Amino acid sequence: MSTNSNNEQSGHNEGYNFAYLDEQTKRMIRRSLLKALSIPGYQVPFGSREMPLPYGWGTGGIQVTASVIGPKDRLKVIDQGADDTTNAVSIRRFFQMVADVATTEKVLEASIIQTRHRIPETPLNEGQIIVYQVPTPDPLSKIDPRESETRKMHAYAEYGVMQLTLYEDIARFGHIAKTYDYPVLVNGRHLMSPSPIPKFDNPKMQDNPAIQLYGAGREKRIYAIPPYTTVKSLDFDDHPFSMQSWSGCCSLCGSTTSYLDEVITDDSGGRIFVCSDTDYCNDRQAQLLCDEHSEVQT
Amino acid sequence: MSLRSSHQFSTSPTLKPGLADPIFDAQSVFRAALSANAYPGRRVSIDRALDAPQPLATSTAMLCLSLMDLETPVWLDRQTAAGDVPQWLRFHCGAPLVERAVGARFAIITDTGALPHLNEFYAGEIQYPDRSATLIVQVPSLTEGPTSVWTGPGIRDSASVRISGLPSWFWSDWDVNADHYPLGIDVFFTSGNALVGLPRTIKVEA
Repeated sequence: MSTNSNNEQSGHNEGYNFAYLDEQTKRMIRRSLLKALSIPGYQVPFGSREMPLPYGWGTGGIQVTASVIGPKDRLKVIDQGADDTTNAVSIRRFFQMVADVATTEKVLEASIIQTRHRIPETPLNEGQIIVYQVPTPDPLSKIDPRESETRKMHAYAEYGVMQLTLYEDIARFGHIAKTYDYPVLVNGRHLMSPSPIPKFDNPKMQDNPAIQLYGAGREKRIYAIPPYTTVKSLDFDDHPFSMQSWSGCCSLCGSTTSYLDEVITDDSGGRIFVCSDTDYCNDRQAQLLCDEHSEVQT
Repeated sequence: MSLRSSHQFSTSPTLKPGLADPIFDAQSVFRAALSANAYPGRRVSIDRALDAPQPLATSTAMLCLSLMDLETPVWLDRQTAAGDVPQWLRFHCGAPLVERAVGARFAIITDTGALPHLNEFYAGEIQYPDRSATLIVQVPSLTEGPTSVWTGPGIRDSASVRISGLPSWFWSDWDVNADHYPLGIDVFFTSGNALVGLPRTIKVEA
């Protein structure tokens, strides 16, 4: 129940503790985060709290961000690569309200990036923190829903069954059909779900200089990948891991190297492809305009 | 809420204060600990001030106040337990103090000469390796000891680290700790206002 009914539009809302969570909860999450970094890819159970938005909207990521963020931070929030979609806008507003924190859409200006289902195209730097929202933290839960069993598989690194499901894909379709939430082996030991990022983004997790934190609110799990850590996408010698590729380019910025979304433009099947990462695409468009401008002048 | 002194503690009329700003100091110290654990071997400074009880260094005391509470049993070595620290920890953190090292989630060591062997601390369970102990080992210097070479997650190639004051058997104990991965203890070395993280994933050549 809110005792402070006339919330200000901006500025730290005095009705809540800084960043919404109470200090005891933050300490518990912080201890979990430290242990998560010490055991890369291992899912640390934590006392996930009820948040003022439903499960599935990033409650895990929000709790991680709330425990990490401070007044000096600059936050970027993306949803499927975009800064301007519903989930990103509401989470960014949430932190503006409860933590009065500076925000940005630029990857390189952000100290913390909370993301749903993408890793930015722009490479991250040392000291940056990327927080992933995770719906299903355990990649083995689809194979065996009993945690009592999957926990043993993780304990003894019994991951043959995961390899088998990928092999079944090859037997049925001729290739590994999984295109997102593609399982990875972290630091050569723990099998980990990278959250539902496209497999296109999987190679970005390997040896990334930034700190990667994962929060699953409903499933009450936190895990992490430290910087400069090996993150290997599962595959077979004769069916090596491969990323999606597109024959065209982004219709707005012309990029041929970024992850593209298909957009239907009319009723007669017309369609274009555009970058899913809006910050990257906007930067490139601005750069193109600049280049054109200088060409006209010379 | 701050208590400069407290009359009901007859044994110690001068209970040292806790964090001046419990929310933002704790956040800042945690971020230092997060960086130290993510980038092992790097010396990370804490830019907050604290009047710490003897024999704790600022960084040791700051880590205690930021990470410990009623959920974390704490073990103190003899030198730490002798002074005002037990009362200070109970008052500010509400942390239960335990007699046996194996029962602790956190251990504070200020006298490295009397550091127990690492296998005396709890290394976690095979299904829950996150339940292991975290050692806070206060050393004379983080930069002037014998050189050791660290490799592992969080370190790009290798890091050369110079922790001083460690017993001669420490790094061979550490090899055993690393052999039991994913079980194992994690360490923060502290000195002055700085800390260095040593998670269990790190291999050390001393």
